[in-house]
Amino acid sequence: MSYTITEKIFNKHVKGEKVKAGDFVYAKVDLALGNDVTAPIAIDQFKKLGAKKVFDRKKIVLVPDHFTPAKDIKSAAQAKLMREFSQEQHIRHYYEVGRMGIEHALLPELGLIEPGKLIIGADSHTCTYGALAAFATGVGSTDLAACWATGYCWFRVPATIKFVYTGKMKKWVCGKDLILYTIGKIGVDGALYKAMEFTGPVIKKLPVEERLTMANMAIEAGGKSGIIEPDEITYEYVREVILRQDVPLRKKTEMSLRACRERWDELKSDKDAVYEARMEINASDIEPQVALPHLPSNTVSVSKLKNMPVDQVVIGSCTNGRISDLRVAAKILKGKKVHPRVRCLIFPATQAIYLQAIKEGLVEIFVNANAVVSTPTCGPCLGGHMGILAKGERAIATTNRNFVGRMGHPESEVYLSSPAVAAASAVTGKITHPDAV
Amino acid sequence: MKIQGKTWRFGDNINTDEIIAARYLNTFDAQELGSHCMEDIDKNFSQKIAPGDIIVAGKNFGCGSSREHAPIAIKGCGISGVVAESFARIFYRNAVNIGLPIFVSAEAAESIKEGDLIEIDAQSGVICNRTQSKNYQTDKFAGFMQDIVNEGGLLNWIKKKGIK
Repeated sequence: MSYTITEKIFNKHVKGEKVKAGDFVYAKVDLALGNDVTAPIAIDQFKKLGAKKVFDRKKIVLVPDHFTPAKDIKSAAQAKLMREFSQEQHIRHYYEVGRMGIEHALLPELGLIEPGKLIIGADSHTCTYGALAAFATGVGSTDLAACWATGYCWFRVPATIKFVYTGKMKKWVCGKDLILYTIGKIGVDGALYKAMEFTGPVIKKLPVEERLTMANMAIEAGGKSGIIEPDEITYEYVREVILRQDVPLRKKTEMSLRACRERWDELKSDKDAVYEARMEINASDIEPQVALPHLPSNTVSVSKLKNMPVDQVVIGSCTNGRISDLRVAAKILKGKKVHPRVRCLIFPATQAIYLQAIKEGLVEIFVNANAVVSTPTCGPCLGGHMGILAKGERAIATTNRNFVGRMGHPESEVYLSSPAVAAASAVTGKITHPDAV
Repeated sequence: MKIQGKTWRFGDNINTDEIIAARYLNTFDAQELGSHCMEDIDKNFSQKIAPGDIIVAGKNFGCGSSREHAPIAIKGCGISGVVAESFARIFYRNAVNIGLPIFVSAEAAESIKEGDLIEIDAQSGVICNRTQSKNYQTDKFAGFMQDIVNEGGLLNWIKKKGIK
């Protein structure tokens, strides 16, 4: 029998007969994530279930990142509930403000994500971790509570759509543009319930941070997961992040390139694995993309947008708040000023990224350009806090959703783009191709 | 179980931000969430519906975030069930897990008009449109999802299975 990487990962987590796409399974979970918005319901459900102790205190991650530092009294109470639960259950991976970051940037950085793991998170962008060859998917709070109690979760093994990227990426085009373009082609339900496997010569050369951006937005096409086969780039990254921890989860010998290959190469999809569909995308055709309101699939090339003024620019989020994103923004903003009519808000996604941005002088470039640099938070991406839009305002953001009211007032607008396009737009005050600044 | 009510129609790709805006996610009180249900696309939705009413929508209902607040808000405002051409997957499992009755039928989603009085037999999955005198068969729940639905949600199903 031949299997996709997704089927292989499920088979490592279920007992009994081999499973294929379409099968219902009750699978063992390696890591279960919650945040300050979703964990409070899970805690309530966990208690209703009559459970006393979590299945494994080392396999649960809790990150207060959505409405923190607490935006109001109710949010503070929700964060407190999660903090107290973490203390009571001795949760190993609880990350307080000052240590935390946006969850999907934080977990890979902490070496918690490895190829072959089965991960659930009560957050839809949990699919991000597929970039490191894990099966990872978003679930609800009740699923999370049930998993805390049992260590298991129910799934239907997804069929896979294979996306093959060929050609050569143009200047300023990055992973964000590839995924926006793809969602534009297939629509917001184009991969409903499916695993999206990203492959091809372009992906094989794509750095991990851009892979994370692509897998992150699989959900915006309705996908259950995004996944990329493990390769040397994956191993290099995982090896580096695991070994740099104070208490590494694996020994150095386990993390040699050879050991990584021996352990994880077998996860790669079999040559004759069954795919539901295959789509080839020529990256050479792709210009920097912008998704117009109010769906991530409303994509156009940035050059199509003439004279589209913006009030706010947001650079950050679980999609594009990593160091490489900040470097691109800084390259464009260096020695320039944010347009006087525009607010430019920059969110390094984790404390480590923040510190790195300081060391590299990026924060100085941003402040000199009259941008603000914020503590890590999901904040404005979901209209929580730290940059809410008024009625009639327009933002360009490196985030992942542009639904009605996503960043504030129901009559405000969000345009989605890469960090390069967002930074260029901050300078000119209107949506701009990075070449023009 | 049978549910019966007047229908309220929505289009395709109704997302969880529209069902319950993030500004209300600082609570998980069902009544409070219910009072803001659908607010950003239909400002007075929660006031104009009657308990038991049913939402009918197009494809990909509930796309976007994993917030369980979305099905909680729908239940909390008194809606007894949702019929759609298709559901986004996290919303779908959340609804099953918390016992919000949901039904998939492209035919029903297309044919039912706003204000039609419909009756749904959850056991047989048949929707009876009293206003138009039409019946529609909805999709069956696959695999052990039917068991979870029968138990009224995931917690009861887990309790029955027994926690290890």
